[in-house]
Amino acid sequence: MSPEYKSWKEIPIAGVCWVPSTEYKTGDWRTYKPVWDSEKCIRCMLCHIYCPEGAIKYNAETDEMEFNYDFCKGCGICANECPKEAIKMVLEGKE
Amino acid sequence: MAALKQEVIALNGDEAVAYAVKQCDVDVVAAYPITPQTIIVERFSEYVANGEVDTAFICVESEHSALTCCLTAAATGARAFTATASAGLALMHEILGVTSGCRAPVVMAIVNRALSAPINIHGDHSDSMAERDMGWIHIYAENSQEAYDSIIQAFRIAEHPEVLLPTLVGLDGFILSHTLENVHVLPDETVKRFVGERKLPLVRNHEGKLVPFKLDPENPITIGPLDLYDYYFEHKRQQEEAMRKAYDIIKEVHEEYAQLSGRRYGNGLVEPYRLEDAEIATVCIGSTAGTVKTVVDELREKGVKAGLLRIRVFRPLPVQDIIKWLSDKKAVAVMDRACSFGGNGGPLFHEIRHALYDLQNRPPVINYIYGLGGRDTPPYLIHHVYQNLQKIVETGRIEQLVNFIGLRE
Ligand code: SF4
Ligand code: SF4
Repeated sequence: MSPEYKSWKEIPIAGVCWVPSTEYKTGDWRTYKPVWDSEKCIRCMLCHIYCPEGAIKYNAETDEMEFNYDFCKGCGICANECPKEAIKMVLEGKE
Repeated sequence: MAALKQEVIALNGDEAVAYAVKQCDVDVVAAYPITPQTIIVERFSEYVANGEVDTAFICVESEHSALTCCLTAAATGARAFTATASAGLALMHEILGVTSGCRAPVVMAIVNRALSAPINIHGDHSDSMAERDMGWIHIYAENSQEAYDSIIQAFRIAEHPEVLLPTLVGLDGFILSHTLENVHVLPDETVKRFVGERKLPLVRNHEGKLVPFKLDPENPITIGPLDLYDYYFEHKRQQEEAMRKAYDIIKEVHEEYAQLSGRRYGNGLVEPYRLEDAEIATVCIGSTAGTVKTVVDELREKGVKAGLLRIRVFRPLPVQDIIKWLSDKKAVAVMDRACSFGGNGGPLFHEIRHALYDLQNRPPVINYIYGLGGRDTPPYLIHHVYQNLQKIVETGRIEQLVNFIGLRE
């Protein structure tokens, strides 16, 4: 076992998390990756609202939708909800 | 300290439990109010309706929800209680493990009753023995008085910051639950002071802060989340540790209560009866111990050195006490009011034999399965058990390891 893991004597009981979820990257579960098309996008923010991981943000300075691939799990909800088909789900590594 | 003067009330086992819960300053009681529920929550709901308690009484749609409700209440730092029996306990099965895994110190009374099918509502230990490995402390009462006393102790044990394990108190269906008995009750104030307020240990949260172990929007923590091969095992080891610590705490709480009430049940984990100089002994759980004690007295009159070891706490299993009291016996019979089908004996038998295994000279230990589905177990059957033990001592031979008693062959 890797030495970075703690023993049962060191960790809190009942699975209480001692690190925030932002340190627990869930992005490596992903099979399909959402790829965003700036041209088709009308900045309606629906994808931002629907993403269950909070992985999509609007950057006002660049006027771009930003995807955080450390936490995007590839569920495809954003692509499904996008009214402009501006998000395509592409097989990881094939984008 | 002299024991307090106490009121004596005629209560059945269910009412004795409800009365104890009333005195324990419980925040939440959640229960499914119909069969296989018992008088416990019926009586308690009357206390709520009469304004005698300020407990939130939540009627839910199933036992699965009843326990979920109590578990979540306990996770916020509240004191929670529920009661069930038989099929109701079986329906809770999934949440029993969630409750212990979340270290939620719920106290639950189990009116021990048979499991279907065929349908049977009477007393045996099949229901809670089937939940042996769910991480709950198991305390079993011999009579209604002890059911009352055990409920009060159970809150102190379960909520102890070094333990934090849910605790069930078993009382035999009908034999105790529906039979009137004189029960000595402590004054309300005394019980309230004895049980006290919940003391929460501190845990380190995701911001690195030490915060009380409870769900609280001011100091958010996560309890019982996804926990895979990297840490699940460690959390289970912690539960085992809590069980080991519970051994001493059960003893301490029992002793403190004994000082207050004048009532003692052995050392709180096992109760030996005329066992010191006994040559042959039986081991049992629950109300049958009352019958066995009568038989032991009769045998002693005749000069037979018979004794009994009643197991009051089944989890954590008091291995050292079992060794202490049984190692020098010439023959031991373990009485099981539950059957582990295909397991070559009942659950108590397995565990008593296991506890004695490492001894150089261990007594022969046989098993009697009895009383399933509420089948009566009168004294003559217990006499039969002791006669068999005498025969084993005389001949040095065990004819049958696992026996069924009170059954038509
Ligand atoms: S695929 Fe799912 S997780 Fe990833 S950005 Fe879209 S909605 Fe969020
Ligand atoms: S839902 Fe589609 S159109 Fe709307 S902001 Fe997201 S990508 Fe753009």
